[in-house]
Amino acid sequence: MSGLGTAGANGLAQATPIGHWELRLYVTGRSPKCLLAVENLRRVCEQYLAGQYNIEVVDLLENPRLAAEDQILAVPTLVRKLPEPIRKIVGDLSDVDRLLVGLQLRSQKTGPV
Amino acid sequence: MPFETTVRDFRSPLAVTTPGPGIPKASTGIRGFDEITGGGLPFGRTTLVVGAAGAGKTLFGLEFLVTGARQLGEPGVLVTFEESATKVSANAGSLGFDIDGLQAGHMLVVHAFQVEPSEIVNTGEFDFEPLFLLLADTIGRIGAKRVVLDTIEVLFGAFRDEPTVRAELSRLFRWLEEQGVTAIVTAERGEKELTRHGIEEYVSDCVVLLDHRVHEEISTRRLRVVKYRGSAHGTNEYPFLISPHGLVVLPITSMSLDYAASEERISTGMARLDHMLAGGLFRGSTVLVSGMAGTGKTTLGASLVDAACARGERALMVLFEESPDQFIRNMGSVGFDLRHWVGTGLLHVWAARPSALGSETHLAMLAQLIEDVQPSVAVLDGVVNGAFSADMGSLMGRKIDLLKSRGVTTLVTMLAHEDQSRELEVSALMDTWLLLRNVESNGERNRLLFVIKSRGTAHSNQVREFLLTDGGIDLIDVYVGPEGVSTGSARQAQEARQRDAGLQRGEDLVRRQRDLRRSIVEGEGRLNAMEDEIAGARAEIERIDTQELREMTDTAADRVAMSSRRWADPEPAHSGGQP
Repeated sequence: MSGLGTAGANGLAQATPIGHWELRLYVTGRSPKCLLAVENLRRVCEQYLAGQYNIEVVDLLENPRLAAEDQILAVPTLVRKLPEPIRKIVGDLSDVDRLLVGLQLRSQKTGPV
Repeated sequence: MPFETTVRDFRSPLAVTTPGPGIPKASTGIRGFDEITGGGLPFGRTTLVVGAAGAGKTLFGLEFLVTGARQLGEPGVLVTFEESATKVSANAGSLGFDIDGLQAGHMLVVHAFQVEPSEIVNTGEFDFEPLFLLLADTIGRIGAKRVVLDTIEVLFGAFRDEPTVRAELSRLFRWLEEQGVTAIVTAERGEKELTRHGIEEYVSDCVVLLDHRVHEEISTRRLRVVKYRGSAHGTNEYPFLISPHGLVVLPITSMSLDYAASEERISTGMARLDHMLAGGLFRGSTVLVSGMAGTGKTTLGASLVDAACARGERALMVLFEESPDQFIRNMGSVGFDLRHWVGTGLLHVWAARPSALGSETHLAMLAQLIEDVQPSVAVLDGVVNGAFSADMGSLMGRKIDLLKSRGVTTLVTMLAHEDQSRELEVSALMDTWLLLRNVESNGERNRLLFVIKSRGTAHSNQVREFLLTDGGIDLIDVYVGPEGVSTGSARQAQEARQRDAGLQRGEDLVRRQRDLRRSIVEGEGRLNAMEDEIAGARAEIERIDTQELREMTDTAADRVAMSSRRWADPEPAHSGGQP
């Protein structure tokens, strides 16, 4: 397991939810999908959750058994550990709209960004 | 063997179907299944097991893993997408599979994934690399040779991106073969295609279909090997059963008539009956005992079983109508100490209600019992009582077939019916047919025994009275009287009645003859009398002629003489007055 991520910068973002965001991104090595996911996630967090989030990137190549323990079948998988409830978001996070809905940063509505 | 895999994928279908009979197999440990597939699943390949919910897919996979781990020293991995690990252990435990123990011994690893579609939001491309990594890690760690993925199609529902799931599963199956493991993948039965998501197209080596039907509240499980590349296999639908010891597939669907016919005779336990059958039953033959309720069918079966145990042979008693305790107690009252034989382990008594199980299941259980007990003699008591459905005859045939193929001497009892149609149908399968009948006469009810047929045996056509006593069964000669009933079957009874009627007619004729003779005598008497009368009359006429007429002539002559003497008129006229 290797935690690459860290917190964002300044205090208040324009996004509504207040509090601490604990995010974990499961990857398998440096595959293009996984690298893309890390990139996408950092960008969205900076934009919507600046200063309120923590990203931990877990590489299942280093510990495959975590897949069973943490119930991860696919990569990339982003898990919102906090705020509760836990949410799972699968894919390279290119679809920002769905990512925001998945993180509940935006209420469910359709249409691309 | 990645190279081989690649080659096979690009071969033409025709070339692939005939690689020869000798492909290596991995035993499933499922009774009957290894038999119909010539040894089990294709070794080092992936088999698809298809079935609706509750068809037994999971148990099929579990038994495959447990067999490998327990008996063959082949560790296994179960990845389940439907149940929790504790639930898997509990379910397997109900079949006597100690999943926890096997896991502790590193012979089995269970990975349970609970996939909640609502949790997952797809935001772009993904793959199932974690599953590959986990499997690779587990296979390497315990040296797994067997892998079961149950039910992989859940992934289609969870990750709504069908093309990706499809591509990843295809990759997974190829990867599994590269690992050299023998794998089972289970899938849901589809409506149009074999499986709901058509994943059979990625699994080309072996496809097994499990079916669970409920018809008229009777559940029936069937198994069919849809495809088995490179191997001969039975193509029929085989009944199977989920027994307390795992799955049992019954590899019998047709009657094969290649039984070894034994010349050896075994006793029925009744010396007189043995004598009627010219020395007893042929070993491995089949006997039907039919009769109305309370004619002693079960007792006859008990006698056969008792005799077998007394010879030190194992016997199986299958009861369709009563409990073992009840049976043993009842038989004790007519002198058979069956409890003793149960105690020695020679006799197995099994009570089963076929209607509660479904006919196929019942057959499967019987097959398992025969395997377990290895009896030399079996009695199926009341086997075709109750509802008699159309396929009952064929089921009966398969039961007989099963027992015959194992060389088991079998006695089947069934309740007789008015029209005898069932008995006739069943009796066609049997070597010997004994009929028991109650006869009521002179205020008592007696049992009679007839040997209707006995193949390959000279047998007595005589009727015996069948006595149930404290000391067992006695057969005694019966008196065949003019009432006719005691001579047997309905046909025979009819004959007797006809004979009686003939007798009656004869008596009538004799009586009539006698009557006629008497009337002749009477007539003759009357004739004589009349002749006498006539003769008398003639004599009278004669007498009149000779006497009276002469007298009359004499008188007339006198008168003429007198008148001539008196000079009287010649003849007085009526009108002429007297002077």
